[in-house]
Amino acid sequence: MTLQASDLRHYETPLLKTPFHARTEAACKTWSWGNWGGYATVLTYEDLSMEHSAIRNSATVYDLCPMIKYRIEGPDATAFLDRLTIRNVAKLSVGGVQYTAWANDAGHMLDDGTLFRLGPDRYRLCCQERHLNWLLDSAFGFDVTIHEETEEIAALSLQGPTSGEILRLAGFAIDGLKPFRMAEFPLASGRLMISRTGFTGDLGYELWTTPDQALALWDLLFQAGKLHGIRPIGSEALNMARMEAGLIITGYDFTPADVCVREDRLRSPLEMGLGWMVDWQKGHFTGKAALVAQRDKGMKWSFVGLEIGGNISAEGAILYHAKKHEVGVITGAIWSPVLKKNIALAQVLTKYAGGANLWAEIYALRELHYEKMMMRAQVVERPFFVHDRRRATPPGKY
Amino acid sequence: MPSFDTIVIGAGPNGLAAAYRLASKGASVLVLEAAAQAGGGAGLAHLSYNLDPRVEKAMGLAAHGLDWVARDLATTVLSPDGRHLRLRGAGVEGDLPDADRKAWAALRGRLLRFAAVLGPLNQMAPPRIAKGVGNPLWQLAKIGLKARMMGAKDFRELGRILLTNVFDLLDDELSDPRLKGALAFDAVMGGWAGPRSPNSVLPWLVRLSGQVAGVQGALGLPKGGMAALGAAMVRAVEAKGVTVRCNARVARILVEGERVTGVALEGGEEVRAARVVASVAPKTTLLSLVGARHLDAGLVTRARHQKARGGAAKLHLTLKGLPDFRGADPKDRLVIAGSDHDVERAFNPVKYGRVPDRPALEIVIPTAHEPGADGKHRLSIVAQFAPHAPADREGARKAMLAACLAQLEAQAPGIGAMIESAEIWMPYDIEDRFGLPGGQWHAGELSVEQMLFLRPLPGIAQYRGPVAGLWLASAGCHPGGGVSGSAGWNAALAMEGAK
Repeated sequence: MTLQASDLRHYETPLLKTPFHARTEAACKTWSWGNWGGYATVLTYEDLSMEHSAIRNSATVYDLCPMIKYRIEGPDATAFLDRLTIRNVAKLSVGGVQYTAWANDAGHMLDDGTLFRLGPDRYRLCCQERHLNWLLDSAFGFDVTIHEETEEIAALSLQGPTSGEILRLAGFAIDGLKPFRMAEFPLASGRLMISRTGFTGDLGYELWTTPDQALALWDLLFQAGKLHGIRPIGSEALNMARMEAGLIITGYDFTPADVCVREDRLRSPLEMGLGWMVDWQKGHFTGKAALVAQRDKGMKWSFVGLEIGGNISAEGAILYHAKKHEVGVITGAIWSPVLKKNIALAQVLTKYAGGANLWAEIYALRELHYEKMMMRAQVVERPFFVHDRRRATPPGKY
Repeated sequence: MPSFDTIVIGAGPNGLAAAYRLASKGASVLVLEAAAQAGGGAGLAHLSYNLDPRVEKAMGLAAHGLDWVARDLATTVLSPDGRHLRLRGAGVEGDLPDADRKAWAALRGRLLRFAAVLGPLNQMAPPRIAKGVGNPLWQLAKIGLKARMMGAKDFRELGRILLTNVFDLLDDELSDPRLKGALAFDAVMGGWAGPRSPNSVLPWLVRLSGQVAGVQGALGLPKGGMAALGAAMVRAVEAKGVTVRCNARVARILVEGERVTGVALEGGEEVRAARVVASVAPKTTLLSLVGARHLDAGLVTRARHQKARGGAAKLHLTLKGLPDFRGADPKDRLVIAGSDHDVERAFNPVKYGRVPDRPALEIVIPTAHEPGADGKHRLSIVAQFAPHAPADREGARKAMLAACLAQLEAQAPGIGAMIESAEIWMPYDIEDRFGLPGGQWHAGELSVEQMLFLRPLPGIAQYRGPVAGLWLASAGCHPGGGVSGSAGWNAALAMEGAK
């Protein structure tokens, strides 16, 4: 491979552009950009409230390209993934999608993600962090190839009540598509895979194509959605929606084990509230012995949803028992415009996860002075927000 | 076919020691051996230096035919000018400066004291680095106390040299290159390290912690050779009711419902047992016999990365008559090492997969002790260093043989013409014959980062395998190889403690 002169000047523009950049840049009126996995991604296009409101009331488009994607294929692909992840992959049928997670030998979480079964022996694993070394190490002894395809796929997330109708208007027959299923369609000169998945807890789809079809896909959606309130959203609005849906993000709600320095910060899937995913009967998987031991002994930490008094977001607040003893930390919090409530996700010592006498210490910065508040924190069921339209098949005609 | 509750894979010293101990506690034990003959590594070694006294006594090896033609073999360090040195205990015969004579006696005494302090570690499972895991604190405290009781000077010295290299250690104390060469060679025998490699003293101390018939640091030659030691162990286990099956190569360890249920032999036969004790190399056990899918991914990666490089070749010569090494006693262990620099130079090319011009040799002539009926003489030679993975295996084997023969010819002119047959086993041949990964004597290098609670791998250093019902009892476990049976005995003790 020869290096081009432009390759040698990469440091001048360290953030990469996604295949949708020409459109996202034009639409980003606030010029508010962030670094997601080495890509320049929009934080807010125009107005955070409007963007969040569109997720719950019309339709939104979010550029998913920086999401890490691996293609896993070969005769042992299913066995490999069954050993890698905590769920039962054999139960995932072709055309299905599974939310899953994986851990190291000690049962400490490495990441969570979505697993797409593209064929009998072909899968796509999407996640937040890069794991090629772990996947390759895990592949020893299995007839499987692993290929990072992050840059080979252009992906958008189309979420919101009118997303189904927009896809219909764009010419895709998605009426039969159930949640966590996918289907393939022709698109311009290429192909489009539509999965009924998302990170908002609402009706929504994720659209997967090749980079050369990216702009055509964007234009098609915006044209079809013109009268259905379609708008692009940035990461901040999506973060609000995922909080309402009670979903976790690696690196925010827990520190992945492969980069975690402090031993007491490591968390298992059980401690992150993902115990329901573990298939204890499927046979061996990496970390199983450690998780069985933890299950039997009881886990030190729990992951909970909280409703907190007042309307000041409790981002980063420390949790106390009886306003006295530190018992946890809030990993994400917002004031939810949909629920009109102050909600939060938190790691809390299991002993106190019942929620009795739990308090959040919130600092509100008011004109350069902090006001400290001890607010009552109530442990509540997740998701905070759920709507029947998410599961309705065919999707509603909003 | 009778049923067994325990299968031991491998009829080497460790497998047999474990089988004996388990059978004596009431287990019904089947030992499966891939080779046509039991004995394992006892067929590779030619001298005994660390037979575990617990094993020797409990198995009653003397009653089962173990006898010694030599309990404390002298070493003659060959010199091409005939100025040989003869090492016997702490004494040195030959033309050597008085200062060196004294210094070696003092150094040897010190090394033996240090080795004796560390020795008890060989006879226990490695301690675990965690709180409240049932470490034998009393035993550990006794070892610590004994180390401290050597006095501040020795204690400090042990700390100073423990992780250093043997080249510097010898250079500090001695001046004669012949003596330094022979000792440097002793220290790095069976390792993948030159005298200047870091931590080359500690494996020497491990070696010196061994004993023959109660004499620490001695070298023994069993009557009938090392194979006779293996044979005595086989008789001992058979007398205890253990079944030993040879020509039974285990292809897979069967795992069902996340526990071991037996083994499958090459050819398809399955033998069931609730407990499988693997005395073959841990790397082989985990990666080939159990297989990655029954193990955690991190453990598999650590097993793949476990260092197992053999640096020694084994040479067998049959001669028409007794060779003359310029007057050296053919009953001695003969060493051709040159100088400490020469030993290091013999290691250098091996780092790059090449054959050294002048390998160091350890020569034993069993027929000098027990003459054969045919009047011929057999030389058993360990040659260091040899590459374990050269690009051209056939070429390297030829080059190594030629280099060894040239070394011999220089010390015993005319020996070449006496050779009737010569067979050399390179490390990769040793791997094929004995199933030792990389042809590594210790079934995994015995270097400080792979010792004690790091041996064979962190997390499985207490002989309990990573799958329920699987136990590791190999030289690849603590305390390492040689023909000792220690790891097997320790493993059996751990199994008793696990109930």
